[in-house]
Amino acid sequence: MSVDVRPLDTPGEPLRERFTRGLAAPICLTWELTYACNLACVHCLSSSGRRDPRELSAAEAMGVVDELSRLQVFYVNIGGGEPMLRPDFFDLVGYAVEHQVGVKFSTNGTRIDAARAEQLAGMDYVDIQISLDGAVASTNDAVRGDGSYVAARTAMDHLAAAGFGPFKISVVMTRHNIAELDALAELADGYGAQLRLTRLRPSGRGVDAWASLHPTAAQQRQLYHWLVERPGVLTGDSFFHLSALGEPLEGLNLCGAGRVVCLIDPVGDVYACPFVIHDEFLAGNVRDDGGFTSVWRDSDLFTELRQPQSVGACASCGSYDACQGGCMAAKFYTGLPLDGPDPECVFGHGEEALAGRLEGPGSAPHPGIGHSKVDRHGVPVPVPMPVRLRSATRG
Amino acid sequence: MGSCAMTPNQTAEHDQAVEDPTETTDELVSDDLLVEEVSIDGMCGVY
Amino acid sequence: MAVPAAPPAVFDAGLGWRKHPQIALRDESFGALAYHFGNRRLTFLKSRPLVELVASLERYESAQQAIDDLVPPHEHERYRRALARLAASEVIDVR
Repeated sequence: MSVDVRPLDTPGEPLRERFTRGLAAPICLTWELTYACNLACVHCLSSSGRRDPRELSAAEAMGVVDELSRLQVFYVNIGGGEPMLRPDFFDLVGYAVEHQVGVKFSTNGTRIDAARAEQLAGMDYVDIQISLDGAVASTNDAVRGDGSYVAARTAMDHLAAAGFGPFKISVVMTRHNIAELDALAELADGYGAQLRLTRLRPSGRGVDAWASLHPTAAQQRQLYHWLVERPGVLTGDSFFHLSALGEPLEGLNLCGAGRVVCLIDPVGDVYACPFVIHDEFLAGNVRDDGGFTSVWRDSDLFTELRQPQSVGACASCGSYDACQGGCMAAKFYTGLPLDGPDPECVFGHGEEALAGRLEGPGSAPHPGIGHSKVDRHGVPVPVPMPVRLRSATRG
Repeated sequence: MGSCAMTPNQTAEHDQAVEDPTETTDELVSDDLLVEEVSIDGMCGVY
Repeated sequence: MAVPAAPPAVFDAGLGWRKHPQIALRDESFGALAYHFGNRRLTFLKSRPLVELVASLERYESAQQAIDDLVPPHEHERYRRALARLAASEVIDVR
């Protein structure tokens, strides 16, 4: 008996379009295990530092893994804060892997000593990404704090010595490290590691650092051309707004928030993505009735994100198909409308929109101090940016 | 996931159109209706 | 460390094939997503019949027999080529 060979969905519908309508379960998702962190990076997207007392318990976290396993979420991108600060970190990672949920985790490396590197090398289906924001200590530490470069490199050395195999080095691209692209590629090559570049968003503590840290328009063009020549460098689709410059970059070139991916935060809140930890993009909580599954499938926010999105002011631009209007987190936190250009629109439409806003920059949503460590006056204590790296020019 | 002796830490998440070099372009176009490989590399989720 | 055998350069439908043991196959409305836990690659199977063919391969002595039994004649070549692509991506392997 032959099977019906007609495909079920709209025949010939491009996969990319199909994804914007959402999937039955995420392909993968970000899971921030803790807001605790032993660093205080200037641009931290999750404003991490202090552990939240309402953090999911080990039992609750394993319950989340059980759900993800049932949904066949293929892997989780574990982060934080610094996820290795959770005492049950290895228990959770082991539990996930045993239940057919792969683990990729993002770490500053401070907790990877020789013994942990051996332990990690012995684990299947665990990928590691070490955060590093410069090829040299001065560039990196200006953003991530004194000693953070050495800690990251030490972790890499331990992983290499333990025979872990290829890990990833993840770099947030800023005005001050664009010049180090080749050096970063060399660094990764030296370890047999894979280089991953990601986009700085004005999210978390990044909202204040963004104006002076985000790459200039010229640097973004430079970055685009550099990436086009190096298909082996990963980006997680985070630079799809640059695809309007020419041939599309690798990946789906669209925003997957609430459609293909999402965030589970340390207290179980489910957000569209890690760059919009804000009530506006909060879909629900895993502790609600129906757990993560019903948040993913039935929440108002995700249902809305899976509708066709308004093109708005981008309708007159011929490049919309390439850039899809860019990143909603970047627009949200710079006070731009979501149906309009990205603040870093490669044609400058975002800068025009920012200049043309009737309200001043102070009206943009602000994430507050989140879980940042604070001094005795209640002011967040990020790594102070050295005067020489603060740019006089805004935006 | 089974207990294959595969090296688990290989990463190969590139956008790769897997093509049989002996096929014509027309045949490849019709193949795209059935199989497609795309890299999502965590999609901003591994920031 | 064992190095996995590379998939054969030419797809031999006369052999017995199976869904790769490190592949997680997840149904979707358009067919299925296939994630390979070994090489981390993600493949989209864009028709339900292709998904069922992949799932059924193990029951047949050869991939060709599976195609002969499950796929209408006018689609045989198209599905054979789809299996060839899946073999190259290691979504299926030789038993």
